[in-house]
Amino acid sequence: MARFVPLSQAVAENLGNGDSVAFEGFTHLIPTAAAHESIRQGFRDLTLIRMTPDVVYDQMIGMGLARKLVFSYAGNPGVGLLRRLRDAVENGFPHKLEIEEHSHAAMANAYEAGAAGLPCAVFRGYRGAELARVNPNIKFIECPFTGESLAAVPALRPDVVFIHAQKADRKGNVLVEGIVGIQKEAVLAAKRAVVSVEEVVDDFSDLHPNLTILPHWTVADIAVVPGGAHPSYTHAITRVTTPNI
Amino acid sequence: MMSRPEFTPNEMMTIAASRALKNDDVCFVGIGAPSAACNIARLMHAPDITLIYESGTIGTAPDVLPLSIGDGELCDTALTTVPVPEMFRYWLQGGRITIGFLGAAQIDKYGNINTTVIGDYDCPKTRLPGGGGAPEIATSSQEVYITLAQSKRGMVEKIDFYTSFGHGDGGDHRQKLGIDTKGPTLLITDLAIWKPDPVTKEFTVVSLHPGVTRDQVQETCGWSVKFADGVEETPPPTDLELATLRDLKARTEAAHKGA
Repeated sequence: MARFVPLSQAVAENLGNGDSVAFEGFTHLIPTAAAHESIRQGFRDLTLIRMTPDVVYDQMIGMGLARKLVFSYAGNPGVGLLRRLRDAVENGFPHKLEIEEHSHAAMANAYEAGAAGLPCAVFRGYRGAELARVNPNIKFIECPFTGESLAAVPALRPDVVFIHAQKADRKGNVLVEGIVGIQKEAVLAAKRAVVSVEEVVDDFSDLHPNLTILPHWTVADIAVVPGGAHPSYTHAITRVTTPNI
Repeated sequence: MMSRPEFTPNEMMTIAASRALKNDDVCFVGIGAPSAACNIARLMHAPDITLIYESGTIGTAPDVLPLSIGDGELCDTALTTVPVPEMFRYWLQGGRITIGFLGAAQIDKYGNINTTVIGDYDCPKTRLPGGGGAPEIATSSQEVYITLAQSKRGMVEKIDFYTSFGHGDGGDHRQKLGIDTKGPTLLITDLAIWKPDPVTKEFTVVSLHPGVTRDQVQETCGWSVKFADGVEETPPPTDLELATLRDLKARTEAAHKGA
C-alpha cells in the first residue's frame, strides 16, 4: 500500500548508503527533486543506475554520492557532455568511479527482465560492439532452438527506484503519460519504488482504460512535488527549461 | 531570373542527406544532423516517411527540431508513443526499421563509429557520451546512413573504440559475425557523398558537392581517400529546399529560445 509522505521522508526511509538506485526518466519526467533530496541527505557509496544520466546525476557524482554508475548514454540529451562525470572518469575526482556501460537496448531489456522476474535478459545485440570486450556483464549465449548467438546481460534489480509522474489518485495509483520511457519496468524491477507526482486527484474513473497506471500496491511511497521534474518537463503540465541547465 | 542560391556546406550536407530518404522509409532518427535531414525529407518529397526517435515516438512530425530525443513535441505529433523496451525489441530488433540514421564523433573508412572514448577505455583522454541506441541501430536496421561534417579528428584511419559496428575490417566482416543487415550504405558529409565499395566496403566518394575539390575532401579526412570512377557533382540545393531548411531552423531557434 502506497503511503503519502513528504519527499524528505520518502527518500530517508527508502534509500540507504550502499544501495543500488535508479532515478529514471527518459528525458521526460526526470525525478530531479528526489535526486536533489538524496544529495541533501548526503548518501554515500551508491550504485547509480540510469539509461541516460544527465545533469542531476552529474551533480550526484560531483557531490561524491556514487561508487558506481550503470548507464547507456552519458550525455545531457541535446545539451552536452557531463563535466563532473568526465572529471570522475578521466581524473578520479572527487573519487574514482566504477562504471558499467551498456547500450540502450541492453538496459531496456535488463529492466524488463527485472520486472519479469528473470535472472537475465536475452536479445539480439552487441554484435561487433566493443562494449562486450570491456564489460564482463555482457555475454553471449546460443539459442537452443536455432543456434543463433544472442547477447545476455544480468537483469536490473535496483534496491530503490524513484520516478516522477503526472498524478496519483487518493488510493496511490499512479498515472504516467506522454513519453513513458522505462519507468514502469524500472518500478516493477525495484525492491522499493518511490513516486513524486504533480498532484493527487480523487480517482481515475474518467481516464482511458489503457493509460499507463501503476497500481498502488506496486509503489512504497508517494510524495506530492509540483514541478518535481524541473528542469525536465511533465507532459501536459510543465515545459522543458533546458537552457537553464 | 533564376540565380544559383548561396548556401553553406552544412546546409548542403543536410539537404543531400534528406534527398536519400524515401516516402516509404521507416527511419530511426539520431539527434543532431540526422534529425534535421529526416525532417527536411518529410517536409519536401517524403511527406509519409515514418520518423522514429528512440524515446518511443513513432510516426512523429515535429514542427520544430527537438533538442533531445525526448522532447514533448515528438510525442505530441506522433502517431503513437511506446515504452522504450518495446521500441528496441519490437520495432528495431524486430526488423521494422529500413534506415538507421546516425551521426558520429569518430568514423573510419569502413563506417565503424566511435562515440565512447578518445584514448584508452579504462583511462580515456576524453570520455564521450557512449553508444545509447546506436550499437543495435547499426546492426538491426536494414541499412544505415551516416552524416557528419568532415575533419581530420572525426574521420580517422583507426577509431579508438568500436561503439557501433559498420563493415569492421571490410569485405564480408559483417556476414562473418552473423550480421545479416546491410550496414552503412551511405555517408553524407559537408563536402561529398560517399558509398561503400561493393567488394572492399571502403567508403568511396561518388559525388562532390558544388565547388568542392578532391584536395579539400582529402585535407579534411584522416585516411587516404578513394574516388569512384566518374565522380558526379551533387545537385545544389533548390530555392525551395533552402527555404524549407532555413524556415525549420528559424522556427526551432525561436521555439527553444522561448523555452
